[in-house]
Amino acid sequence: MGFLFAENGINAVFEKWAEEYHVYAPKRMEGKGAFSDTDSVRYEEINKVEEIEFDLKSHFSFKDILLPMSETLFFFTEEQVKEADGPKKGAVILLRSCDLHAVRRLDEIYLKNGFEDYYYKRLRENVRFVLLGCKQAFENCFCVDMETNRADFYDASIEKDGDGYAVDNHYSDWEPLFLANSMEKKEVSPSYVTETEVRVEVPEGLSLDVSKSRMWDEYDKRCIDCGRCNYVCPTCTCFTMQDIFYTDNGKVGERRRVTASCMVNGYTDVAGGGSYRQKNGQRMRFKTLHKVYDFKKRFGYHMCVGCGRCDDACPEYISFSNIINKLKDAVAEVNDHDEK
Amino acid sequence: MMKNEYVPFLSEIKEVIKHTDIEYTFRMTYDGEVKPGQFFEVSIPKYGEAPISVSGVGGGLVDLTIRRVGKVTNEIFERYAGDRMFLRGPYGNGFDVNLYKGRELVVIAGGTGLSPVRGVVDYFSEHPGDVKGMTLIAGFKTPKDILFHKDFERWEKNMDVILTVDCADDDEQCHIGLVTEYIPKLRLDDVSNAAAIVVGPPVMMHFSTQGLLNAGFREENIWISHERKMCCGIGKCGHCKIDDTYVCLDGPVFNFTKGRKLID
Repeated sequence: MGFLFAENGINAVFEKWAEEYHVYAPKRMEGKGAFSDTDSVRYEEINKVEEIEFDLKSHFSFKDILLPMSETLFFFTEEQVKEADGPKKGAVILLRSCDLHAVRRLDEIYLKNGFEDYYYKRLRENVRFVLLGCKQAFENCFCVDMETNRADFYDASIEKDGDGYAVDNHYSDWEPLFLANSMEKKEVSPSYVTETEVRVEVPEGLSLDVSKSRMWDEYDKRCIDCGRCNYVCPTCTCFTMQDIFYTDNGKVGERRRVTASCMVNGYTDVAGGGSYRQKNGQRMRFKTLHKVYDFKKRFGYHMCVGCGRCDDACPEYISFSNIINKLKDAVAEVNDHDEK
Repeated sequence: MMKNEYVPFLSEIKEVIKHTDIEYTFRMTYDGEVKPGQFFEVSIPKYGEAPISVSGVGGGLVDLTIRRVGKVTNEIFERYAGDRMFLRGPYGNGFDVNLYKGRELVVIAGGTGLSPVRGVVDYFSEHPGDVKGMTLIAGFKTPKDILFHKDFERWEKNMDVILTVDCADDDEQCHIGLVTEYIPKLRLDDVSNAAAIVVGPPVMMHFSTQGLLNAGFREENIWISHERKMCCGIGKCGHCKIDDTYVCLDGPVFNFTKGRKLID
């Protein structure tokens, strides 16, 4: 059911939510951009609707809320282990359609691929998702071609509507709260994008053979293996275990998992000196095929959601959408070569 | 409440068997189902975890044969019988001995690659009637590097054992890749139905599987086991992924029809 809220009405909802949840939304951080005098849009806890950045794409995704960059798993002494406590409150996350589709990818890995992940599940069970409608596409977005431009599996949606806010609700527990604070009931369907300036086409006949293409060589030098593309990606889920111990008592410490990047040196290193994919071009191939080929082979749909944040973030101006579009020629190149 | 797979449990070291200066077998207490070729994450607080394959199973014990090559394994080597270590697992698919029953079986192992298949060799050493014939080709760098000395004496009674070294201590003329030299010399009644297991360093596995195919082995009758970086062992951390395959979940043991297609 849909509702129309005035500003004070929606803020009353946020206030009520705050009793049970941390409410996270994209927020403009003044002067925090990569260049001087530029702003950054990041996920932060908010209290009021005015704090939400409705008009820009967030530079970082919501991912950090479900998969913190550094997450303590347990504390240890030499022969004892104590599991880290989970958060006391749940979370409401306001996010765009592409990111809501990304949640499905995180769930796939952390809830379905092998054992259920205890820490992820513990957080995830108490998270509600509120869709931010998109009235138009942003720079570098290609959600339409990745089929993530629409999502109906939200708990609620929100977007500006004149001076007020239009909300669609799917979560029955919130119905009384919305009824009590809204101005009127109204048919609401969240805005979504139907075209993007950037288009991509994942070619037919893609296989691991494309590794042999010369297209990857370009990235051996262009890519500086900084891993920013992985860190901003809402679907990258890799981590590395890290043990630390406290300097004032070396026998006590904690085990954490920290975000890992398949583009960064050391990702595949095994003890004794073994390492796979030394060249940045081959790492790019590995990442690309994971996003638009092998994830689908395993789970039935593409991993990439077309948010374009990797393109926004790359300091070398490497465009991932461009890489996807180059695959068609690369497949032909490899096939040609094999025929000869 | 669901199980937290990341929290390890304590296991006691019952015995430490020294093979070489840098390779020991730690015989650990463990009650539960384990298959050869599966692995445990051995966990030393402060230093981290390392995936170690099971080299022997039975009687409430598991053998972990460990090569001292890194931060965690260095620390493991500071431990003695009676000490305790944290483990979690077992993970991975392991070897299914049923697949080899009633056939001629060839096991080719290089260095510590013998650990994950030791359980398979042991099984058929104890049940020689279950296979039509069994050959073990084990290669090590030098005589000093040979693992499981006592086992070889036992195995020789029930199977053909070929023990080779790449390079003797005072031998100026080192021979590299000796394991592969024995593949064409294998005498098998029915090579098209014979099974082979190959485990060892990547280059050794490459040439050995090539040798087997050349000798007439069928691709689907060859099994290999892979080694990769694994932080979780349960399909989450991503480090061991190759194509759409998670080595920790779908492997580390692969039929060669799949294994040969895995490009890192």
